[in-house]
Amino acid sequence: MQAPGARPPFDLLGALKDAGRVAAVVALLTVALLGARVQDASSGPPLLFRFDDVIAAAALAFFGRLGVALLRARRALPVLVGAIAFALGLTAILLLGTAAGGGEGAVLARRILPFASPVVNWTLAIAAWIMSARAAWLLWHASESTLDSEAREARMDRLGARIQEWARLVGPLLLGVAVVLPFLPGIDRRLLDIAVLVVTYIMLGWGLNIVVGLAGLLDLGYVAFYAVGAYSYALLALYFDLGFWTCLPLAGIMSAFAGILLGFPVLRLRGDYLAIVTLGFGEIIRIILLNWYTFTNGPDGISGIPRPTLFGLPFTANPAEGEASFHSFFGLEYSPLDRIVFLYYLILALALVTNLFTLRIRKLPVGRAWEALREDEIACRSLGVHPRNTKLTAFSIGAMFGGFGGSFFATRQGFISPESFTFLESAIILAIVVLGGMGSQIGIVFAAILLIGLPEVFRDLNQYRMLAFGLAMVTIMVWRPRGLLAHREPTIRITDHPSHGADPAQETRA
Amino acid sequence: MSRADRALLSVEHLTMRFGGLVAIDDVSFEAPRAKITAIIGPNGAGKTTVFNCLTGFYKPTVGRLALRHPRRGEFLLERMEGHAIPAAAGVARTFQNIRLFPGMSVLENLLIAQHNALMRASGYTVGALLGLGGYAAAERRAIERARYWLDRVGLVDRADWNAGNLPYGAQRRLEIVRAMCIEPVLLCLDEPAAGLNPRESAELNALLTFIRDEHQVTLLLIEHDMSVVMEISDHVVVLDYGRKIADGTPEAVRNDPAVIRAYLGEPEEEARE
Repeated sequence: MQAPGARPPFDLLGALKDAGRVAAVVALLTVALLGARVQDASSGPPLLFRFDDVIAAAALAFFGRLGVALLRARRALPVLVGAIAFALGLTAILLLGTAAGGGEGAVLARRILPFASPVVNWTLAIAAWIMSARAAWLLWHASESTLDSEAREARMDRLGARIQEWARLVGPLLLGVAVVLPFLPGIDRRLLDIAVLVVTYIMLGWGLNIVVGLAGLLDLGYVAFYAVGAYSYALLALYFDLGFWTCLPLAGIMSAFAGILLGFPVLRLRGDYLAIVTLGFGEIIRIILLNWYTFTNGPDGISGIPRPTLFGLPFTANPAEGEASFHSFFGLEYSPLDRIVFLYYLILALALVTNLFTLRIRKLPVGRAWEALREDEIACRSLGVHPRNTKLTAFSIGAMFGGFGGSFFATRQGFISPESFTFLESAIILAIVVLGGMGSQIGIVFAAILLIGLPEVFRDLNQYRMLAFGLAMVTIMVWRPRGLLAHREPTIRITDHPSHGADPAQETRA
Repeated sequence: MSRADRALLSVEHLTMRFGGLVAIDDVSFEAPRAKITAIIGPNGAGKTTVFNCLTGFYKPTVGRLALRHPRRGEFLLERMEGHAIPAAAGVARTFQNIRLFPGMSVLENLLIAQHNALMRASGYTVGALLGLGGYAAAERRAIERARYWLDRVGLVDRADWNAGNLPYGAQRRLEIVRAMCIEPVLLCLDEPAAGLNPRESAELNALLTFIRDEHQVTLLLIEHDMSVVMEISDHVVVLDYGRKIADGTPEAVRNDPAVIRAYLGEPEEEARE
């Protein structure tokens, strides 16, 4: 260990080489992504090359990397000067460009700015500000020694523990915000739709968390149960004319049954092997839905799925003769937003049921056995825990919540087709669980907002939207490899030893 | 009382082959009730394989493993499924490389050992989810039992720690009391003294004799530490290359020429012949 405040030797040549390497990688990637654009052949050559973007990206990567290397070596002053200059300049030009509107200044600004998209430019400016703040912080706290990765991990764990303590406070607060969200000023239909989507993914994340986070079964085919739930509802409504509230439990039961059917033969597999089989199962379900044309309508999908009702009151503008609808029953003006608000509360309620169920079952023997199976299956067997049955309960309960989510999806869209149930969906839900911190309920909320909400907000980026998704994922993985809030509290404590309550390892490791 | 009545466990003609390799070759021995039986032998003699057969991790190629449970009757362990052996027949074990649930608290580790009783009390989860009574009392009883054993090994103060953060010796003791929480009649310990210092070793001896005398549990012990073996075991079985070469009291085994040969090799004169 070096003495506090001592600066590690700085290898300028190495840092330059490293930055050059990073810039070369960025250039290679951006040549394909940004450098060439296909355009209409009638208005010129079919491929338009835009090397200025590539050069800008490579240059930014070079200086960014060099700055990070300098910060690591605690040479903060040059970074501070450079980053502040860059951030100030960029912000000023951006603000000028916005203020100037469509005038000459805007044209000039557009010529100077590194990229065409304002969102990218703003992201760059924010990154530059963060870097200068970091440099300033380092200059200020020059005496503090840098943390190695393990110490940082321990510190983050304590942070996770503290956030989870706050969760007792933040949880109800978030819930309160979630409950009044539709009536907050500035909430329009678009934002409400995003909120419905985010809460859907939170619910699916919580459902999958039972399987992956608690029981430690890597399930890459969770979307299969989502599909079973959606199609159960759609087909029951189509063939038997049943309503949403009858079908919701039935869809859950069918998904749970599908979970047992799949789980029974495959749950003896572990880790990667189980992941591959569940991945295959997800595809099998999708391909069945695609090809069993006479039953599922194949790629054409099922349309006209009945909308949910509030105690029999539909949310339609013109209800059938002699029937009341929501707005006429309560004597309100008809608003198409009512239905969205109702859907929002529906999925919020489903998500809360999932959460309460998980919180409760974690404290019951079966929940503890799931976690024990995740920790050590052989030890479980030696203590008389039935591994297969216990895993099967986790798998089928997780599937059941997937089924609930699926039937909500069907009733929200009014139309489903196998295209909605691709592997990408499974991957996104799994990403939410893993990035949130395996087993952490509140972490999943943050991860879902980050991974689903952010790309939706960044819709202006068009095809680069998935880059925001990727950026969020990479950031979390670099900053918090075990997930955002991967701190676990014991489910039970010996009550009369308050002074020994905390695990001192968390305090002393700092 | 005949010999068979006293023995809790009878191992008869146990043979375990892995393909062409014979790990255990026709081994028979008995573990007397509420006594400590040590299984010793050089590395690779097949001691852990015997344990794995007893606790259902391996299915023996040949042999009969009869356990006469004092309350539940006779069990033939070689026919039972792995998880049923601890649950029904009351056979608990520990592992050579400690297998705790490192990410869970000490108390949780002990509650998982009482999983089956708690599952019944919680009405297989449904009852407890619906708030039907009985589970809270059962959980309190389970915590009481856990506290009793934690008291015994001096870990009550650390009950809420993560098991993985305990020092090594404490982890060893925790694994033993966790096995005791399933209320076994036979406790199989795979090298419990490995890596312990002399003081911890003495504490371990006290714990094991306590388990034997106060709880009437039969112990089966694999151990290399001869101070532990000679001090506390009532009966010693010696294996070498998968065969039993000696069986008797510690004194008898210590002076057995076959055992000395297995541990120290042939005397030089004999080797020259």
